[in-house]
Amino acid sequence: MTETGCKDPVILNLWHPIAAVAETAPGRVADTVLLEERLGFAIDDAGNAAVWRSRPGLATGDRVEPLEVRDTLPAKLAYGYLWTSLGSPEEIFPIPEFAEPDRRRLNAATIGVNVSAPRAIENFLDMGHFPYVHTDILGAEPHTEVKEYDVEISIERDEILATRCRFFQPMASTTSSGGADVDYIYRVPHPYCSVLYKSSPVDEKRLDVIAVFLQPIDQEHIHAHMMLCVLDEENEDKVIKRFQQTIFGQDKPILENQFPKRLPLDPRAETPIRADKSAIAYRRWLSQKGVTYGVIPALG
Amino acid sequence: MQQERTRTRWHPIAASHDLPPRHVFHAQLWGREFAVWRADDGYVNVWENRCLHRGVRLSIGINDGRELKCQYHGWRYANRTAGCTYIPAHPADAPARTITNRTYPAVERYGLVWSCEQPEGEVPGVPGLEREAPLALRGIPVNAPAALVVTALRAHRFQPNGRIDGSDAEMVVKAADDFSVALSARADGAATLAIFFVQPVDSGRSVIRGVLDRDPGAEARNAVLRHHNAGLSVLRDNVERQAAARPAPAPIEPVYERVPAALAELPEPSAHGRKAALRVTVARKWEAADGIAGFELRPLKGLLPTFQPGAHIDVHLPNGAIRQYSIVNGPGESDRYVIGVKREADSKGGSLCLHETVREGDVLAISEPRNNFPLRRDAVKTLLVAGGIGATPLIAMAQALHHQRLVHSFHYFAQNEAQLAFGDRLDGLKDTLVPHLGLTPQETGGRLRDILSGYAEGMHVYLCGPGPMLEAARAIAGECGWPDEAVHFEYFKNTRAIDDSSAFEIALARSCLTLKVPAGRSILEVMREAGVDMPSSCEQGACGTCMATVIEGEPDHQDVYLNDAEKRAGTKIMTCVSRAKSARLVLDV
Repeated sequence: MTETGCKDPVILNLWHPIAAVAETAPGRVADTVLLEERLGFAIDDAGNAAVWRSRPGLATGDRVEPLEVRDTLPAKLAYGYLWTSLGSPEEIFPIPEFAEPDRRRLNAATIGVNVSAPRAIENFLDMGHFPYVHTDILGAEPHTEVKEYDVEISIERDEILATRCRFFQPMASTTSSGGADVDYIYRVPHPYCSVLYKSSPVDEKRLDVIAVFLQPIDQEHIHAHMMLCVLDEENEDKVIKRFQQTIFGQDKPILENQFPKRLPLDPRAETPIRADKSAIAYRRWLSQKGVTYGVIPALG
Repeated sequence: MQQERTRTRWHPIAASHDLPPRHVFHAQLWGREFAVWRADDGYVNVWENRCLHRGVRLSIGINDGRELKCQYHGWRYANRTAGCTYIPAHPADAPARTITNRTYPAVERYGLVWSCEQPEGEVPGVPGLEREAPLALRGIPVNAPAALVVTALRAHRFQPNGRIDGSDAEMVVKAADDFSVALSARADGAATLAIFFVQPVDSGRSVIRGVLDRDPGAEARNAVLRHHNAGLSVLRDNVERQAAARPAPAPIEPVYERVPAALAELPEPSAHGRKAALRVTVARKWEAADGIAGFELRPLKGLLPTFQPGAHIDVHLPNGAIRQYSIVNGPGESDRYVIGVKREADSKGGSLCLHETVREGDVLAISEPRNNFPLRRDAVKTLLVAGGIGATPLIAMAQALHHQRLVHSFHYFAQNEAQLAFGDRLDGLKDTLVPHLGLTPQETGGRLRDILSGYAEGMHVYLCGPGPMLEAARAIAGECGWPDEAVHFEYFKNTRAIDDSSAFEIALARSCLTLKVPAGRSILEVMREAGVDMPSSCEQGACGTCMATVIEGEPDHQDVYLNDAEKRAGTKIMTCVSRAKSARLVLDV
């Protein structure tokens, strides 16, 4: 095995997303970077995929039959993305709602961000910034309060679950003009992936699913893949995508101005408040797992 | 070590003209970034460029003239102290902990802003720049280590003011050290001295900050600035070529100080008794209204702790009395505390002493500010209702709401116009101030009913004034449909007769102590005697400082701080006056 920049076994053995299937030209070599390694990959029309460490002879844009590529890395198509691993991955985490037939499934965007993956996950879990960063979309002053919510680290599923999250949204749905509290559930089933469930504007009994799958380029750079799995029969793809791109476009400059870029796990590095319960649990969970890549581990 | 030595040296980190109103300037020294901003009162703040909460650069924050607001979660930090004054995610809580950003010294001199990580002594005077009007040049960033820049500057050439079209100036190096070069240029009888300070931004980056000994005046200024810009740009290109030919030094990794342990966990309130930790001098005493004296208290040294609207201080008087006064200040007014003191006809020595004995120049001992009357800023509309001297905390709140342009109205009941206190501050609040003058108690009741009708969800009301008016206002608010949690009040004093005839036992769960409280003694006194430290302030059940959590037992509430719902719940007790109806109380102390 060649030397890689990442020495963290926890991270090496995970599945990582490297491309949206819908945006990959079938039967052609494409390239990307994962954990400081240059990778080539290809997907054919039948959904066969191959991922390999970049090497001469397989140049970007070349025609290739994925099934015929030798010396490959693990490859898997899931949730609309191609996933791979530089180690020995276990099963990928489940998102059962993805299989529901009446949902729209989209890659909203893949955006490069100059920040560590854990900082971006914390941002995804955070409600307190809605009125300030997503002004008049996900929140609006003076409705700034983060009400008490519950967080647990599920040992059995090895994931973080934040429930009973509510936040005031000025345009809570397309059908009502006023603001109202919107319910959220957050899952962190993977150190670099998070899944959010949010009240559906069209069906109050069901939840839209929005996930962020982060591809670590290196410790301080990511490609953020944003998956949508929503109940919406009205809007065109580009309308649904644009909304999510607007939201992420507002987070990006904040994330890129966070220092240090790697997430500090020392409890005394930053100042948490009650609203940050899910972030506190996430930092603790990363510490317990022994994650060292993309974080500044706590001393001792 | 070279670096240790240089960290004690003052460097310019910005020019004064880099700090226009309401701007935040991004500066850097030895790899450490600073957010530099000037408040409307002129004070220059040099802070670590990192919000303590989540590390976002404060240089992308908002300077509102009095406070700096972080872009990410809207946390507000006060001018001067850098103390956090408001956390919007928890609008009902005063930031009880001392969340304070790291600050660095700032001195403006020669048109430059100077700072230093570990200053030893004052900013050194520079011979030749002590005239009235030196001229700071535009800062020239250079991608090269300071030493290389200094070497190049020793051979730098320019023309003196008034002779910039020539090219034959006689150059003399007057002085030079590791981070500065003083050059004089002479031609045709004209002479200009320029000092070039080299600011070490990082190991491989610098800024040249030049100062001319004399501003050539408005007409010639732009031409002189252009002349130096052009010359220094050539020098920069040369130095950067040299630097690019060498291996680049590794950037300096700034070390971020850890936050205090108390901030890392979601903490317990700090325990301290009735202490007067601060010494202030009475900088000004004046008649703030008929029968009300205003006092401006300034620190003897250093900075005063951060306050929020609604906060009060204990003033320890020369005659031994201790009295509570609300801070009247608006946001960012952090170089002083302003209080208003009404002359009470039945004064037991507090107000009388302040009115008659205390003079300008006197030194007083005061406590740190405490806030048991915090202002939420997430209301759809805020009503402030003040009676007489009860206006003082509400004037602070009104200024904060006004400054943040939050919807509010400020109802101020007084006998007559001459009794409206702090007219200078009220002038700035005209849009929302509604005075109600000379009303009888009955008329007051009717007016309160008008004000408090029309409750809608998301509204909050803050009441402060004499006891009977507060009782009436609370009752009317209840009748008008205001829920208890939307009605906030502060009594000046507890006028109820305290019945301390009961005797009972208290168990302190965390201290593992069981104590007997006999008739005539308070829970607070008994705990103190047993060595359990507990903060307190008014010690008459009005201010809320000595509150404890009740785990078991039935409290006998005698305070005026808790509202009726809180009293019914029985989970909190004011240890200074309240007692037990049950034989035993278990407290979370």
